Amino acid sequence: MTDATQFGAEAPKPKTSILELDKRTRKRNAAETRFRYYGMAAVAVGVIFLVVLLGTIVRNGIPAFTQTYITLNVELPAAKLDKKGNRDPAEIAKVTTFGYNGIISDALVTALKDNGVQSDMKDADLRKMLSSSAAAQIRDAVLADPSIIGTTQSFRLLASSRVDGYLKGRVTRESLARDKNLDAAHLDIVDQLQKAGVVSRSFNWSFIFGADASESRPEQAGIGVSMLGSLFMMLVVLCLSLPIGVAASIYLEEFAPKNRFTDLIEVNISNLAAVPSIVFGILGLAVFIQFVHLPQSAPLVGGLVLTLMTLPTIIISTRAALKAVPPSIRDAALGVGASKMQAVFHHVLPLAMPGILTGTIIGLAQALGETAPLLLIGMIGYIASTPPDGIISGFLSPNSAMPAQIYEWAKRADPAYYERAWGGIIILLIFLMTMNIIAIILRRRFERRW
Amino acid sequence: MSFMKLTASAIAVAAVSATAAAARDQVQIAGSSTVLPYASIVAEAFGENFDFPAPVVQSGGSSAGLKQFCEGVGENTIDIANASRPIKDSEIKTCAENGVTDIIQVRIGYDGIVFASQIDGPAYTAFEPADIYNALAAKVVVDGKLVDNSYAKWNEFNADLPDADILAFIPGTKHGTREVFEEKVMEAGCEASGAKAAFEASGMDAKAAGKACLAIRTDGKSVDIDGDYTETLARISSNPNAIGVFGLAFYENNTDKLKVATMSGIEPKTETIASGDYPVSRPLYFYIKKAHIGVIPGLKEYAEFFVSDDMDGPDGPLAEYGLVSDPELAKTQELVANEETMKSSM
Repeated sequence: MTDATQFGAEAPKPKTSILELDKRTRKRNAAETRFRYYGMAAVAVGVIFLVVLLGTIVRNGIPAFTQTYITLNVELPAAKLDKKGNRDPAEIAKVTTFGYNGIISDALVTALKDNGVQSDMKDADLRKMLSSSAAAQIRDAVLADPSIIGTTQSFRLLASSRVDGYLKGRVTRESLARDKNLDAAHLDIVDQLQKAGVVSRSFNWSFIFGADASESRPEQAGIGVSMLGSLFMMLVVLCLSLPIGVAASIYLEEFAPKNRFTDLIEVNISNLAAVPSIVFGILGLAVFIQFVHLPQSAPLVGGLVLTLMTLPTIIISTRAALKAVPPSIRDAALGVGASKMQAVFHHVLPLAMPGILTGTIIGLAQALGETAPLLLIGMIGYIASTPPDGIISGFLSPNSAMPAQIYEWAKRADPAYYERAWGGIIILLIFLMTMNIIAIILRRRFERRW
Repeated sequence: MSFMKLTASAIAVAAVSATAAAARDQVQIAGSSTVLPYASIVAEAFGENFDFPAPVVQSGGSSAGLKQFCEGVGENTIDIANASRPIKDSEIKTCAENGVTDIIQVRIGYDGIVFASQIDGPAYTAFEPADIYNALAAKVVVDGKLVDNSYAKWNEFNADLPDADILAFIPGTKHGTREVFEEKVMEAGCEASGAKAAFEASGMDAKAAGKACLAIRTDGKSVDIDGDYTETLARISSNPNAIGVFGLAFYENNTDKLKVATMSGIEPKTETIASGDYPVSRPLYFYIKKAHIGVIPGLKEYAEFFVSDDMDGPDGPLAEYGLVSDPELAKTQELVANEETMKSSM
């Protein structure tokens, strides 16, 4: 005790107290505070980017979900549509869509007269307000039910992309000054017809469920068929990569001897996960199309290529999930007399399942958004124009995929396609988010920690 | 469980691949992205008016399309290749080696290539080929001497042009448009500006001089665009001083953002291109494998529909979109109807 007091008396009195911070502590604390601000700034930058990105996507893409229609009473004169008058479908089909243009012009003139709109525009110019799909729509109705020939029917026809853009604020009178597709005079007519209720805007179901359209009619294009293409591709990916991936990882994790060879395989699986997807595209072109002679542009081939891309992701996450199951489970199972295989399939695999499924879903989400390999196997272009008729044809008939469709739209000349590309991105993002949320729920609900 | 799934899916894939050998009922088309809009318009109308499904039109460029076309005959190969340039002799040879001997060449019309700039940018309203050559070539003639191009502004070589920095976005070498640009603008400008004569005077033969004319300056004033016109448009939108090279149809769809320059005093329009007054234009083609006619349903009907007056005529939807209709369309229609191959027509 005395030593201690003596020591205390001899030692220089400490200048610091725990209440008063010395210089170094203050410096350290300041560094910590600074670091916190850096961190917050980093998060804030990330959030700002996300908000700007999502804001831009929504702002540019939302207009694609509404569409302008013009409701017209169209007279279907027998003299033009069925010259022989015998209502023979083969005869009626001989009148092509070009034969319907006159009828549509007449219907527009009548609509203008009925609503008291004055215009000295030529009939052919008037028709520029309507999409060129109008003729096909009326022709299809006539072919489906020839008995309507000779009557007057009400049709809800798509307005042209310029008229649609005007109602959405994309097209103005100034921007039309040098545009040969539409004139300012058309917009005056549209204004009056809108007041009369002939021109109206409503939700665009055909954007979500419809097929792709040609470059001259962006108003008709939809993402539905390429959505089916993506669906069939994902089915192929799921049916191939899940069993192969899980089997490979179970073998590597539980059964394989640890030697040079399995090490090599492991390293290469990690390497494969980092291979750019375009490489798999070239491989797909060379192997599946040129060597095996699978059909071009088919979702089956796309699915096979994406399977190659997804496999490493699934193997790596499955192995991690298997590793996370504690050895005591295996030991207990083996201890009560289970074979190695029984221990794996009855105990380890079920416990690892949530992790495996999470990895699979994330791998699928990655594959869903992949465009590069599809470039090489011919899934980009004007392809998704007719929905597949049946499951086999869904796998084999040419189709596009959602990201490929978006890329294709973004390339096209008409500014209305630009809007459609953003709209497509919204739909793709909704799919990806749903898949990721399912993965999170699976992990939260079922994953066990030891 | 997973082994069962594995076998099940393996069987499914085997079954599916077995049916892959069955007949194809869709016309398969690939090739030039310049022809793609027109082909898609025809394909759509074809699907509407005929009992055949709409053909599949892939994009990827003239060369890629012709390469696919020449891979051979059979249902796994494409039926039609779209091209924004005539097929080359080397390609015909490759085709022949792979058994594609009877090729029908169909000229669908002409495409104009225009120089356009941002609508609010400097007044680039009139160009001569020599102006473009002086702005973009690697070597130009100054005071009668051939020197490395150091022009930084347009008005340095032509006082009528605006006092603005030179910046041009031209199609990359993989585009068919580049060839037309070189042939119709750079070569013409090379001759007009006296550079070609200077090249020849420096001891080059005509061929080497022609090649030297096509060399583009590499100091960043001329940028190759390997993407599509949408990429050029995006670059133009962010550079007020820049000019870009576009197809006529693309320009006509974006008149609110772009203003077009005249070439040798001629405004690029359907009429001036059809008459041949506007110098920078090129024919567009598609090529049909004759061996596939009668095997692939709808192939000949599609070709005939493409060149019909309703589609390809001067008032048809293709002309409306920006294609310059071929004055000799009737001849082309006859050629398609008679399935005249290139050899017999040559």
